[in-house]
Amino acid sequence: MSLSPQGRSAASPATNLPPETQREMLRQMLTIRLFEERASADYRAGKIYGVVHCYIGEEGVAVGVCSALGPQDRIISTHRGHGHCIAKGADLPRMMAELYGRQTGYCKGKGGSMHIADFSIGMLGANGIVAGGIPIVTGAGLAAQMEGKGGVAVSFFGDGASNAGPFHECLNIAASWKLPMVYVCENNLYAAQTAAAATHALPDVAARAAGYGIPGEVVDGNDIFAVHQAAHRAVDRARSGGGPSLIECKTYRWRAHTERKGQPDYREQAEIEAWKGRDPIARLERQLREESALDDAELQSMERQITAAIEAAVAFAEASPFPLPEQATDDVFAA
Amino acid sequence: MASEVLMPALSPTSEGKIARWMKNEGESARAGNALADAEAQEALASPAERPQAGESRMMTVREALRDAMAEEMRRDPTVFLLGEEVGEYQGAYKVSQGLLQEFGEGRVVDTPITEQGFAGLGVGAAFAGLKPIVEFMTFNFAMQAIDQIVNSAAKTHYMSGGRMRCPIVFRGPNGIAARVAAQHSQCYASWYAHCPGLAVLAPYTGADHKGLLKSAIRDPNPVIFLEHELVYGESFSVPLDPEFLVPIGKARIAREGKDVTIAAFSRMVKLAVEAAEDLEKAGISAEIIDLRSLRPLDLETISASVKKTSRLLSVEEGWPFAGIGAEIAASVMEACFDWLDAPVKRVCGKDIPLPYAANLERLAVPQVEDIVKAAREVAYR
Repeated sequence: MSLSPQGRSAASPATNLPPETQREMLRQMLTIRLFEERASADYRAGKIYGVVHCYIGEEGVAVGVCSALGPQDRIISTHRGHGHCIAKGADLPRMMAELYGRQTGYCKGKGGSMHIADFSIGMLGANGIVAGGIPIVTGAGLAAQMEGKGGVAVSFFGDGASNAGPFHECLNIAASWKLPMVYVCENNLYAAQTAAAATHALPDVAARAAGYGIPGEVVDGNDIFAVHQAAHRAVDRARSGGGPSLIECKTYRWRAHTERKGQPDYREQAEIEAWKGRDPIARLERQLREESALDDAELQSMERQITAAIEAAVAFAEASPFPLPEQATDDVFAA
Repeated sequence: MASEVLMPALSPTSEGKIARWMKNEGESARAGNALADAEAQEALASPAERPQAGESRMMTVREALRDAMAEEMRRDPTVFLLGEEVGEYQGAYKVSQGLLQEFGEGRVVDTPITEQGFAGLGVGAAFAGLKPIVEFMTFNFAMQAIDQIVNSAAKTHYMSGGRMRCPIVFRGPNGIAARVAAQHSQCYASWYAHCPGLAVLAPYTGADHKGLLKSAIRDPNPVIFLEHELVYGESFSVPLDPEFLVPIGKARIAREGKDVTIAAFSRMVKLAVEAAEDLEKAGISAEIIDLRSLRPLDLETISASVKKTSRLLSVEEGWPFAGIGAEIAASVMEACFDWLDAPVKRVCGKDIPLPYAANLERLAVPQVEDIVKAAREVAYR
């Protein structure tokens, strides 16, 4: 897929990914969605103590990008991080236990949703500071360049972060040093409650790549193959020493900025419904059915397996102990 | 009419010397003519040859810091230096002299002026298993990076339940400089010492600069290493053994005494020692504690001294409110209230942004006479 003069990609052509890979992409997107639907319900039921930022509607970005990565590649996430964790291979029971604030969670119950990290799978952490992760993962890109083993680092961030200083500082550094980086802007049109249309000088974040002399591409973030192909090109370029790329995925979150009770959504209902009509999961399902790569029985079986895995994760979380009071002071310093 | 031609600033606030006069007295000169060649600092010795155990050499603090980094970079290939002008220019204060030549640009990395950016890069490289030394041109500019230092470096080990380490050193000059006014002259000791997850070091002697920086680089946690622009040029005897380390969290008795304890750090140790000599003439024997490590604070050494002298004076360049002295006073009150014969006293920088005018600048910064006066008050003599 080539870049049009406006920097906007055409619709993705038929993919040549094998059917089992495509079904795995569907499985991962469905896992993210069902995990978050459960997390949201458990939050509203008062079972999950802390803040939950749902990624529902944006699953095509995390899965499309991470499916172009290897286990040695590193990513960093944002406050809306469950999708990236799952797409990079994080363990559902430990994620759910963290949301439940239990000892067995990824962070022993001390981090919560916004700080889940798993270095063993190259997930350097969700991050509660908008744009805070961009310099960190650029440092992982620097480390990958120093190590010289072909590793690539991927920064996920939102449209809001693209207006903050670290975005510009790091794109300049990565471009100057040809770091093996892929910057993935998940433009869901709103920075918390503020519309990107009201705060961005240009409609496309990708256009800013020109200022740093690197490729910038707009893709339909709800078209998982478009995302995957753009990521694949950018990863190849980074791995072969060509330097960083910026990919802007236009997408939308279906739920509010954060889960909460009794707060009206500030967005037009018609806009939300229109984007629900562009559901990345339904879209992939449709494509797989058209290619006869998926039938009802297979889909139901997939959903049953995912639901069972999430039930098991919740059961694990609920059965796990809370951190002990004396553990509050553990891990301030590494031994 | 004769007019004075001022020496140019060769690096921020540094002293230099006239290398060569290019015009003689009485010779005519036009606007734009060179009058003299001036050079920034004395040329520094080349990296130390491999020394014998137990050997020491007189060297500046600047050289001691350079040697500490060079030794650790030789010892551990994951250690690297990152910052503004650390490579080609050899450091804004010439601390990294010779490192680019020995280790190459892969390990002595010049960054753009992007404190938040490169501090975060250092954190990410540390997460990824390297051991970065991040040099700030001064800690004043680290204000841009404090989000990365506190939110990313200091908290991640805890937030990740002990799964992610951040072995990184943030170093550079801190505290009062000269002639550069408020935005370039400030002590950040209490800012960083406030935060769980950070070690904060502020040595004075050359040996302590070297031994503590080496310990900081080897430490698995983020360390704030506060140097002082007005101390870089001071010379001390420094051990040459590459395994010479000073432990983090241990204070040093800089001078023994029995009548009053003076706790100080960084450049204030020098002033406290001078004050102690004046106090001696007045018959007051002052014990000087060079704190070296502000977090963890060596309360044991402070308390032992207070139990001996029963009087305590804290000296720092920083502001009084919520300062290091406030913390020491509270901790000593909790640890050995019954031994105190007088309220703990503090000498601090004045509670104002540092003024520019020379007379006001001097008034705002602790001086030897301030320490003498306060020590006499706390000693009731």
